[in-house]
Amino acid sequence: MTPLSILTQALELIAALAAAPLFLGWVNQCRAWLQNRSAPSILLPYRNIRKLFHKDAVVATNASPLFRLAPYVVFGAMVAAASIIPSMGTGLPFTRAADAIALVGIFATARVFLSLAAMDIGTAFGTLGARREMMVGFLAEPALLMVIFVASLISATTSLPAVTENLATRDLTIFPSLAFTAVAFTMVLLAENARIPIDNPATHLELTMIHEAMLLEYSARHLALMEWAAALKLFNYATIGFALFVPWGVATGMSGPGTLFASIPILGIKLIVAGFGLALIETASAKLRVFRAPEFLAVAFLFGVLGLLVRLLLGA
Amino acid sequence: MTPLVSSPLSACLVLLTLWALTGLAGLARPMSLGFVARMLFPFGALCGIALAVVAAMSLSSPEEQLTLRIGLPNLPMHVRLDALSGSFLLLLGAASAGISIFAAGYFRRGQGTPPGLLCLQYHLFLASMGFVLLADDAYAFMVAWETMALSSYFLVTAQHGIPEIRRAGFLYLLIAHLGAIAILLSFGVMQGGSWFFTFDSMRSANLAPGWAAAAFLLALAGFGAKAGLVPMHVWLPEAHPAAPSPVSALMSGVMLKTAVYGVLRVTFDLLGNVEWWWGLVPLALGLLSAVYGVVFAAVQTEMKRLLAFSSIENIGIVFTALGLAITFRGVGMHALAALSLVALLYHCLNHALMKSLLFLATGAVLHSTGERNLGRLGGLIHRMPWVAWLTLVGALALAGLPPLNGFVSEWLLLQAFLFAHDVPQTFINMLLPLGAAVVALAAALAAYVMVKFFGVIFLGKPREESLSGAHDAGFLERAGLVWLAAGCFVLGLMPTQVVGVLRGVVERFSGATLPEASTSWWLLAPLPDRASYSAPLFFLATTALVVVTILTVRHFYRRRATRVAPWYCGFGPLTARMQDTAEGFGQPIRHIFTGFFAMRRELPSPFDRSPRYRVTVEDRIWRGLYLPLGSLVQRIADAVAWLQQGRIATYLLYSFVTLVALLALVL
Repeated sequence: MTPLSILTQALELIAALAAAPLFLGWVNQCRAWLQNRSAPSILLPYRNIRKLFHKDAVVATNASPLFRLAPYVVFGAMVAAASIIPSMGTGLPFTRAADAIALVGIFATARVFLSLAAMDIGTAFGTLGARREMMVGFLAEPALLMVIFVASLISATTSLPAVTENLATRDLTIFPSLAFTAVAFTMVLLAENARIPIDNPATHLELTMIHEAMLLEYSARHLALMEWAAALKLFNYATIGFALFVPWGVATGMSGPGTLFASIPILGIKLIVAGFGLALIETASAKLRVFRAPEFLAVAFLFGVLGLLVRLLLGA
Repeated sequence: MTPLVSSPLSACLVLLTLWALTGLAGLARPMSLGFVARMLFPFGALCGIALAVVAAMSLSSPEEQLTLRIGLPNLPMHVRLDALSGSFLLLLGAASAGISIFAAGYFRRGQGTPPGLLCLQYHLFLASMGFVLLADDAYAFMVAWETMALSSYFLVTAQHGIPEIRRAGFLYLLIAHLGAIAILLSFGVMQGGSWFFTFDSMRSANLAPGWAAAAFLLALAGFGAKAGLVPMHVWLPEAHPAAPSPVSALMSGVMLKTAVYGVLRVTFDLLGNVEWWWGLVPLALGLLSAVYGVVFAAVQTEMKRLLAFSSIENIGIVFTALGLAITFRGVGMHALAALSLVALLYHCLNHALMKSLLFLATGAVLHSTGERNLGRLGGLIHRMPWVAWLTLVGALALAGLPPLNGFVSEWLLLQAFLFAHDVPQTFINMLLPLGAAVVALAAALAAYVMVKFFGVIFLGKPREESLSGAHDAGFLERAGLVWLAAGCFVLGLMPTQVVGVLRGVVERFSGATLPEASTSWWLLAPLPDRASYSAPLFFLATTALVVVTILTVRHFYRRRATRVAPWYCGFGPLTARMQDTAEGFGQPIRHIFTGFFAMRRELPSPFDRSPRYRVTVEDRIWRGLYLPLGSLVQRIADAVAWLQQGRIATYLLYSFVTLVALLALVL
């Protein structure tokens, strides 16, 4: 554990916590532009979180301690996930403590706690949201693991920073298998983060909600944590995508603090482009019926399998 | 220490005898619940702990053999304690200790078998499972195996007044015996013409490849029937719900593992020289069982049936690991074979603890509410906080979430799958990652099932008025649950130590070595430079993050929290009926995996005065395989019955014809 690795870790955590709402704001702004609406301020997510932290909390009479604990667990899990994704440098101190499969496990833990909390009050929408969230979850998880398998087959390790380092330090070669999995990963990202073809983050029509339906009973600080955690989740998925598919510009093991600081603007550029791309996908597609979600994610899974077969058969 | 218990093996034998005697002591005062529950069951639990300690110590001592001069003349019983037996005895002791403590507080006066008899059956069941693990010849093994089947049959039918329970018991007994026949045949093949049925002579027998494969497949069928491998799983969802909860816990947590032990013993010890293609059979059946079990678990409406199907899933994962191990071993990839076997043993231990925990929790709920139907439960976290939070531990572990134990074994299995890309057979090379995807799907579905299980029972609003009278479990019951939940934590947080022990076990019974990869006590790295996972660090970091978040919010947040009624969309008060039922929560699964189910639905018409909605979900294998098979047997029996004419002259004719035929054959 060198001072540089601690610095990297601290920078990454601060960047994740601070930039996650900003990234969400940027996506919303792009979406508004593309849809010819006047855009909200890019700082709106921050203001929202600040507002929520200044309100009295309202908790349902029959809420159990699990309901009040869940926002902290979900938030903590997302921060833990952010700390093992190499968004700026691969020399993280905790790289060996959790690999990419454990990362999927962290996301699953957060999802399970969120769903359990949604079922705790016993409202119709809460259980509906929980059921749908778990459905999307079990469909998306195998596809996500397929993506991780391909990347770890190429670099013979499941440790995410090691994969990034391996891919970033190679000569520039394009792996067709990674191209297929990139498509799969994008689809998983949309589904897991309640984005448009699967869920609509801006919806107020209860019957089509997934993520929002689970948060209906939350208010004030609990809701603020949940919203922040959702922003962090989107940020985490984006940085996983960068780590696997555009790993260039990340400070690798041998490089000094200079590269680390240089990686900050590079990360910013990646986020700006990715946010715009996400807004573009969301604007260009329509929300699917809930029962089309399995087909959508089956396609994602098939892309993952295709990537795997390409890797195994052609070694590409 | 007396000479009698000078070695781990004799100590184990003494403890098993003590179990049997404890059972017999129950007959002294068969109707006295106080004596049986307060004295005998806690004593049985102490024996369990002692057995676990002895077995743990035996893992590092050399293997030993004994010949017991009991049983038939000239047929002494051989017993043997080696690393494989030791690891399963550890599982038996550790899981049964928690279950027995719980059982001490569980059995109530009332219907069915009297407590003393129940005590006898229960402890004989435990002792026979222990003896199965120690047996070193086919006779002793089969005697113990059948004692285990019979004692558990009587336990399953403890409430024999109910016809469904008798039917479930019969189905269990039938399939147990079909399995036993296959095991017997497998032993018959393995003696290899020497006609000695000790395991030693089977080890030294030189079987032709075809016969070895036949022995393996017979053993797989026989032990698979006991383990509940698809398509021989049909008894499991019937028998587990029928039995009292501690018995279900014992059957699901421990007895299924004795079947796994049997396959391991036959494959890696008695046969030894495995061929790679053998592994494909358990691999395919295991993956099928994993998905089949979990998909059916997701649509169940009865809590113990749900857990029974989940056991099928976990047995599927265990057999998947077995198939991988055999394949790797067959192609000479010893490190990966060892990794798969470590994952297998780890998952057996995990499943023994977490499934027992959940079955016992359903018992506590059943006692407190009298309900086993998920559709009539709900909101019990307020009434039964102890049971609820301990169940949450088991549910999260079973869902395979870090940092609990279920995650570790699945992680190890996925690693074995993932680094299997150097198998010489290209075809298998390509199929293996898809197997990993199936395991991932099963694990993700297990999380769905556990959210349903925990959420519907413990969260939300109580679905029935009567639930307001529910009370938490008693002291002994809590103690049993705490023991098992603590086991889940220990196995989850100390994977490095556990893998270190299991590695030695695997090396000694299969000869496959996993390289010593871990450089420090906190880091699990079975394959150097490829993957690592540190449960303690992970747990500490995540817990620290959650605590820091709570403290930070506490410090800066100056607002109050008020309790109000939940928001009801302006339509009038919420009722408990507005929540998802168990059927409702399973609906996406029914929709997505339609092909698995034989489903019948009755939908009400819009004009019904008293609308009814009914859906029944049945097993296609039951209708497609078992019912035709049953009617075939019936038809053959009918045809053969023609021989029974009921006239003495006809029977004399049969004897005469037989005699003539035999004479013709001999002369």
